[in-house]
Amino acid sequence: MYNSIVLVKQVPDTSNISGKVMKDDGTVNRALLPAIFNHEDKSALELALQIKERFGGKVTVVTMGPLRASDILRESLFMGADEAYLISDRKFAGADTLATSYVLSEAIKKIGNFDFVFAGRQAIDGDTAQVGPQTAEKLNMPQITYAEEIIDIKENKVTVKHKIDGGHEILEAQLPVLITVLKDAVEPRPFSAKRVMAYKNASSLVELEKLAEGNSLLYVDKLVDEYTSRNLFIPTITTDEMTVDLERIGIKGSPTKVYKVESVVLGGGNHVNIEPTKAGIGSLIDQLMIDHIFG
Amino acid sequence: MKNITNDVWVFIEQRNGHAADVSYELLSKGRKLADSMNGTLKAVIIGSNVKHLATQVFGYGTDEALLIDNPALKDYLTVPYARVLDKMIKEYTPRIVLFGATIIGRDLAPRVASSTKSGLTADCTDLQISDVTYLKQNYEKLLLQIRPAFGGNIIATIITPDNPTQMATVREGVMEMAPIAYPHDVKITEIPYIPDPMDELVKIIEQHMEGSKVNLKNAPIIVAGGYGLGTKENFNQVIELAKVIGADVAGSRAAVDAGFVTPDRQVGQTGVTVRPKLYIAVGISGAIQHRAGMQESNKIIAINNDPDAPIFDVAHYGIVGDAMDVIPVFIEVFKNKLK
Repeated sequence: MYNSIVLVKQVPDTSNISGKVMKDDGTVNRALLPAIFNHEDKSALELALQIKERFGGKVTVVTMGPLRASDILRESLFMGADEAYLISDRKFAGADTLATSYVLSEAIKKIGNFDFVFAGRQAIDGDTAQVGPQTAEKLNMPQITYAEEIIDIKENKVTVKHKIDGGHEILEAQLPVLITVLKDAVEPRPFSAKRVMAYKNASSLVELEKLAEGNSLLYVDKLVDEYTSRNLFIPTITTDEMTVDLERIGIKGSPTKVYKVESVVLGGGNHVNIEPTKAGIGSLIDQLMIDHIFG
Repeated sequence: MKNITNDVWVFIEQRNGHAADVSYELLSKGRKLADSMNGTLKAVIIGSNVKHLATQVFGYGTDEALLIDNPALKDYLTVPYARVLDKMIKEYTPRIVLFGATIIGRDLAPRVASSTKSGLTADCTDLQISDVTYLKQNYEKLLLQIRPAFGGNIIATIITPDNPTQMATVREGVMEMAPIAYPHDVKITEIPYIPDPMDELVKIIEQHMEGSKVNLKNAPIIVAGGYGLGTKENFNQVIELAKVIGADVAGSRAAVDAGFVTPDRQVGQTGVTVRPKLYIAVGISGAIQHRAGMQESNKIIAINNDPDAPIFDVAHYGIVGDAMDVIPVFIEVFKNKLK
């Protein structure tokens, strides 16, 4: 039996950014972009689910983000996760990777009882690949990044194939270990229709409060009890539920600051226009011969 | 804050005693950064039997080599390498530490940044030293860490104003490798390695190097195709053009995602950075994600049917037209002129 905690992130879909979502100051209006489950995190979840199927154990999914990030926790439950936690607090806002990894590591310690921590290699909104290794360091655990395959688990040791520059390596690591996963490692399974039916109403506290709108707080408590008993309650971890040093979270705990943001300037360049004719292209090739690029 | 030094450190990434090109690129950049803050440039070399590297780094402007040479450090492993660096950084407090944004660099740097509580910016494409006013406070000679963000749609400048050590990983091929004429006298400081049980938690069982046949970084001429080509059949025209003019074939991320070309030929922020003598971009709109990987090319020809495509911003020569019409003309004229 091996238990896994999987770190997942909801990200804006940066693959299809048009001029419309750029604000006048050059920053991106995230609200206009669809929020999606970061692909590499889905691959990480798939690996954890496969370990559960091969060896038994439990898969717990954790995300840190705004309240609407509970969407990807429900999707994780649809795929096969056993439980999910939302780490959310206004005080976490503005966190860079250092502050984020601090909060995640404290949440992981609070959840406890794990052999693996999985995460995608990187998230498409920042592409930094830093949160995984930083979380591993804070948990004082070894890490394997750029994982391509879990080969075997035996006697508390895992063998993993991972990518290195110009090839790959097979590593053997003592558990517990944190592993970051490449998108191509594995194809995430589709949602199971049965699980979608079972978990589509899974809700966080804030979502239950909305549901109870206008009713008394007692009614919210009742809802929480009812959802918990049906395994449909997604617990939220805030700064009240875990001991964190407030100096190390949010903007305060983030050593890196965004000093300047520029949108990419589009339009009118300073190039020589070449006619798409034999004569035009001929003169271009002549020029490149003079420059000793051709010939 | 701890006493601040003006030291710039570069982590020398080596495998089997060969240093990665990016390490020399970083030393060349590090030299300039150190000069603009009256600092010293130090190369950090970790490995086994790597003393020869400690002399080579002086050819790129290094003032001092910090050498940790021990059989236990022969192959790169995260924990021992990170522990060694962590200890050194805590002891000497360098002002800047640079790593290549390679798999090793992106594995090691965040671990070290975490244990030393330093700021770290990933995948920088430019670094500068500048005085900065941030939130009404003045800071002298901060490191401006410039990188594309948000899928390459914006360029962000990141600073680490309040920490003693500023760290960055830098894309391969972005900084120019500049050997210097009059190197500093060789000065090597050896630092002992102290083993720890934690170093033994991960072991290498096997290592396979796939002798990469694709080496875009050293290609003198590259013809790259984009999503604008529409189909794989059309992309074959790009391959034909490359064959005729003796170029290597590359593609944008969108072309790779569409399956027109293999991922090892992707040029751009999440692919390879190239600076060939000639780069021909065909049907590539020129998102910053792509431009970040090719805009330093010596000469750029853009072929696109959209006259407003941003690729023309970085091009030296622009041909507005349908690639399927332009390529055959190019091939015909080229063959006539160079037969």
